[in-house]
Amino acid sequence: MRRAILAVAATTAIVVGLLHYKTSSAPRQFSVAAGAPQTSTPRPGSTAPTAAPSTPPASAPPPTSSTPSPPPASASRTVTGPVVTTRFGDVQVALSISGQRVTDVRAPQLPYDRARSASISQYVAPVLRSEALAAQSAQIDTISGATYTSDAYAQSLQAALTQAGI
Amino acid sequence: MGTAIGIDIRDGLPPDDLASALQAAFAWLRWVDDTFSTYKAGSQISRIGSGALALDNADPKVREVLQQCDSLRASTGGYFDARAAPGGALDPSGLVKGWSVEAASALLAETGSRNHCINAGGDVRVRGAPEPGRRWHVGITHPLEVGALTVVVALADGAVATSGTAERGPHVFDPHTGLPATGLASVTIVGPSLTLADAYATAAQAMGAAAPAWLRNLEGYESYVVDAEGNAWWSPGFEAYRAA
Repeated sequence: MRRAILAVAATTAIVVGLLHYKTSSAPRQFSVAAGAPQTSTPRPGSTAPTAAPSTPPASAPPPTSSTPSPPPASASRTVTGPVVTTRFGDVQVALSISGQRVTDVRAPQLPYDRARSASISQYVAPVLRSEALAAQSAQIDTISGATYTSDAYAQSLQAALTQAGI
Repeated sequence: MGTAIGIDIRDGLPPDDLASALQAAFAWLRWVDDTFSTYKAGSQISRIGSGALALDNADPKVREVLQQCDSLRASTGGYFDARAAPGGALDPSGLVKGWSVEAASALLAETGSRNHCINAGGDVRVRGAPEPGRRWHVGITHPLEVGALTVVVALADGAVATSGTAERGPHVFDPHTGLPATGLASVTIVGPSLTLADAYATAAQAMGAAAPAWLRNLEGYESYVVDAEGNAWWSPGFEAYRAA
């Protein structure tokens, strides 16, 4: 169920994993304040995985990757993760996949409906996206302090990867 | 609650070496999850808590973590307490994340990665450099101001941990009073070990207004604190970490 993403490049690699122990900022002895959802949960009703049609490999489009030709399952495709709802809004991740490689990560849904959410999205999502693509922005390498949106992002990402069979 | 862990490796390792280093790091993190999770009835921590497993029979790493929890409870005046859960359940989660990421970074270094960044749900451990001639830049989310980072930390080898209300709202409670610790909007700790940086950030947030007096006496760990009104306080040594 839990998998690590292996995005291996010649000089750089980024991996995102999901672990199910709590963040240190919320140890049980301190509890979580009432009134706010503690965890983000997938919304089954809006989960709309859109994997590419399961056409036989032979009829699938040719791989676009420039790497050595992978096996037939290497057709380029897009897999969309579930919408994950946080207190700041919805988060959803879409992957472009070539063979067993993730070639792009996008976020069709991010919480922009509130100013606070927009600020989190602006900072967190581009960083996570660039991390997943191993392409860093020049100024900020990573962010300390935000968790909700990045957790939801990873949750949708994980589901998309599981669905993609990677 | 799941935690996203991102590993960013900047070494020019051959792909096979890169893959095996990453696999070793995640194998370690999964073992930690299986062993320490309070959500898994079969984990060693759950079994110790229920009395099914004697501490003497637990994995040495489990005993190491619990000893460090006890040590931190003493050094933080009781503000970091793995045994203060309602009903007295054993929960070292507050230490485990930082500790396991610290060890994962050491593991990566042993397997050949001298330049990497691990971000575990906002707690960060870096080594080396993101590119030649530059330190890692870690943006600290502003707990109160929309669209802002409060400060950017620059460092080569070390840890950055932030405990704050930026996304979660008040969620740290003072174990001495049981009341929400609302005096500080966020506490960021920078220092050599993520294990301690993480635990210190949690303890300082629980301390509230008393935190700066305690933080300024920490050896080797610098701090940047934002209070509920948006006033920032930082330890004198923090200046060395401020990105230009």
